[in-house]
Amino acid sequence: MALLQISEPGQTPNPHQRRIAVGIDLGTTHSLVASVRNGVAECLPDAQGHVLLPSVVRYGLDAGGAVTRQIGFDALAAQVVDPENTIASVKRLMGRGMQDIASRAQLPYQLIDKPGMVAVQTIAGEKSPVEVSADILATLRYRAEDTFNDDVFGAVITVPAYFDDAQRQATKDAAQLAGINVLRLINEPTAAAIAYGLDNASEGVYAIYDLGGGTFDISILRLTQGVFEVVATGGDSALGGDDYDRALVEWVLVKAGLAADTLTAGDKAALLQAARTCKEALSATDSVAFSVRLARANVQFDMKAADFEAATASLTQRTLTAVRKALRDAQMGKDDIEGVVLVGGSTRMPQVRRAVASFFGREPLTNLNPDEVVALGAAVSANQLAGNQSDSELLLLDVIPLSLGIETMGGLVERIVPRNQTIPTAMAQDFTTYQDGQTALALHVVQGERDLVADCRSLARFELRGIPPMVAGAARIRVTFTVDADGLLSVSAKEQGSGVEAGIDVKPSYGLSDDDIARMLQESFSTAQQDVKARALAEARVDADRMLLATRSALDADADLLAPEERVEIDRLMAELAGVRPQVEAAQIEAAIKALAAGTENFAAQRMNRGIRLALAGKNIATV
Amino acid sequence: MLAILTYPQYVPVSPGWPHLADDRSLRFHTKKPLLVPSLQSNDFELFDVPVQFAQDSASLDARWKELQREAHPDKFAVQGVASQRLAMQWSVRINEAYQRLKNPLKRATYLCELRGAPIEAESNTAMPADFLIQQMQWREALDDAKGLEGLEEIANQANTSKREQLSKIEHLLDSAKDFAAAAQQVRALMFIERFGSEVDARIDSLGQ
Repeated sequence: MALLQISEPGQTPNPHQRRIAVGIDLGTTHSLVASVRNGVAECLPDAQGHVLLPSVVRYGLDAGGAVTRQIGFDALAAQVVDPENTIASVKRLMGRGMQDIASRAQLPYQLIDKPGMVAVQTIAGEKSPVEVSADILATLRYRAEDTFNDDVFGAVITVPAYFDDAQRQATKDAAQLAGINVLRLINEPTAAAIAYGLDNASEGVYAIYDLGGGTFDISILRLTQGVFEVVATGGDSALGGDDYDRALVEWVLVKAGLAADTLTAGDKAALLQAARTCKEALSATDSVAFSVRLARANVQFDMKAADFEAATASLTQRTLTAVRKALRDAQMGKDDIEGVVLVGGSTRMPQVRRAVASFFGREPLTNLNPDEVVALGAAVSANQLAGNQSDSELLLLDVIPLSLGIETMGGLVERIVPRNQTIPTAMAQDFTTYQDGQTALALHVVQGERDLVADCRSLARFELRGIPPMVAGAARIRVTFTVDADGLLSVSAKEQGSGVEAGIDVKPSYGLSDDDIARMLQESFSTAQQDVKARALAEARVDADRMLLATRSALDADADLLAPEERVEIDRLMAELAGVRPQVEAAQIEAAIKALAAGTENFAAQRMNRGIRLALAGKNIATV
Repeated sequence: MLAILTYPQYVPVSPGWPHLADDRSLRFHTKKPLLVPSLQSNDFELFDVPVQFAQDSASLDARWKELQREAHPDKFAVQGVASQRLAMQWSVRINEAYQRLKNPLKRATYLCELRGAPIEAESNTAMPADFLIQQMQWREALDDAKGLEGLEEIANQANTSKREQLSKIEHLLDSAKDFAAAAQQVRALMFIERFGSEVDARIDSLGQ
């Protein structure tokens, strides 16, 4: 909907039309969905009462050759019997190429090297990590829709703060595939801070230490009157509880004298599961029996907490190195931190808690459930973004976690947006040609902190063509990087003299093309389960009503912005939409909605500009 | 030796945002002329602070948050693509202004340019001889420095020099109003800041 609904502070546009908005924590090991009900954020349980959904999907084929899916606990239980087709920890594959995945030898399923992002070979065909994530997201969407007996208007989906552009885009694609309107991607530590900040009415600078199943994030946030300002962020998007499991498996293999290459896929899955059970038990006790039945041997002994701690000490140290770096980026010392919040199931490990407490010299806050806190914060944010709480004071000012730049001569990176820059942001740098008569310029966009292109992540390549021939160094090519509030990048280049332009949303080079998405949508779980046509028609009519209502109220308020001929055109488009609304073809109604949206776009923009400018001017008077 | 004294590049972003609403759109709402910011307002106008070098950092922070509260795209999340795009332009512009106002070097550079004395760091490299000699001494000291203590001593010197330089600049911009002289001092400050960040990088590389 292009039109603006400007409502009085403290009032929702229509109090009876509460929108169902959810927060989704799409985790490496577990995923959750939460929503604000009666003013309180709570996690939504499934029909069996489980809040956590294991992030595991098993693919199969039925007798007719159709694809079957098991998602969650059923899939988790099938991991040992059907490891090749049961995909766990798919978050670690999101937006990753083959060379990015360090632990692929230990994975029980088979990865396929694809340009940009790997895929998993299953009995039901190649599955992109985006499709697997979409199946998990769709399951949570249905859970929410069953709970409220209503459609979900939109969702806030959390990502690790340290996710790069490729990983964020892949997450957004997955949500789209699951039929979810993404209100915003927000960073997991920020979501946790929202949950804690609102709970404890805290002010000051907080460190959020988030060790999940597959990712580690550290964020330094300043909280003031509902504003969550991320000062610095850091971490490792490939370090989490899974790595503790793997370190434990390696320790066990050495102790049992087994070589990794003699293990079957089932052995690997069984060992990882036993390691995980053992790790979880060691959070409550000093010693536990480790027992696993392998194809050629049985392994059984007592595992001691001290041995586990020693076997994983280097992992814990890696998290603290990232914490130090984030503090340096924030130009703060440990003493500036007023509180430390632990997030993520892996922070249940006593050695992690001890290490964090001793580093900061204070006991960390753990009064909210570390599994749930991210989803709860996301739900609060979703509720606000959906407009259910327009008087809310909540404002998130996030930063970009990794620097963005382009390749210059000699394979070096010229940084354009430095890390920890507040987003949204647009930054530009001028470049020039290095040969006489050069008419094209190849641009290679990269993300990372290293000086060499080869050490950074390649995000996109594109070309600026049609530069008028000039002597070397005479062209002025301004490359602008724009990063939106979700942390997603788009790049444009313009030769200043001739006005020749080229631009790119960084997506297609590594992510999925729109065609890919359309195909997956057809095949996907989220569309297979419903009567697509009836739903589309009902949605189109609701959209038509909303659009007409919004246009009328916009005209009532700000018709003075329109020239007479613009007004005539808008009236005509409104009459046309009202005319087709009773039709049974959704496409016809949608076309009329689109036409009205396009016809009022400029009006909407002008109204909004007036709104913002007056609001800012009002602030000027108020604060003088 | 002088070859290493290269200027860091500052390329200002001048967003070519379309001017979507002219002042005509506000005539029914304004009784007396008040400062209604537009995307084309300069940083000082946008933040409604005096056009001068001296600024109160805490009020800039507070103002930044107030402005973002009104214009951040999150406020318009349910209002469609066009609104989102426009809100993002405002939000980007506010962040840009904040970054520039908050950082003394960027603020001084910007103010010199507004006052008709551009820094032109690339083309204007003439520096007083005693300043260059001091820079060379610092660099030799940095090359010879061993261990954290030595480096921190150099970092302290650079910091002291930076503070002195900033108060010189403040005097030239706000009291003497000698913008050409201020621009010269801003160029010197660029050298000092670059040196400071090289020292910091050395300290970082010690890994603490």
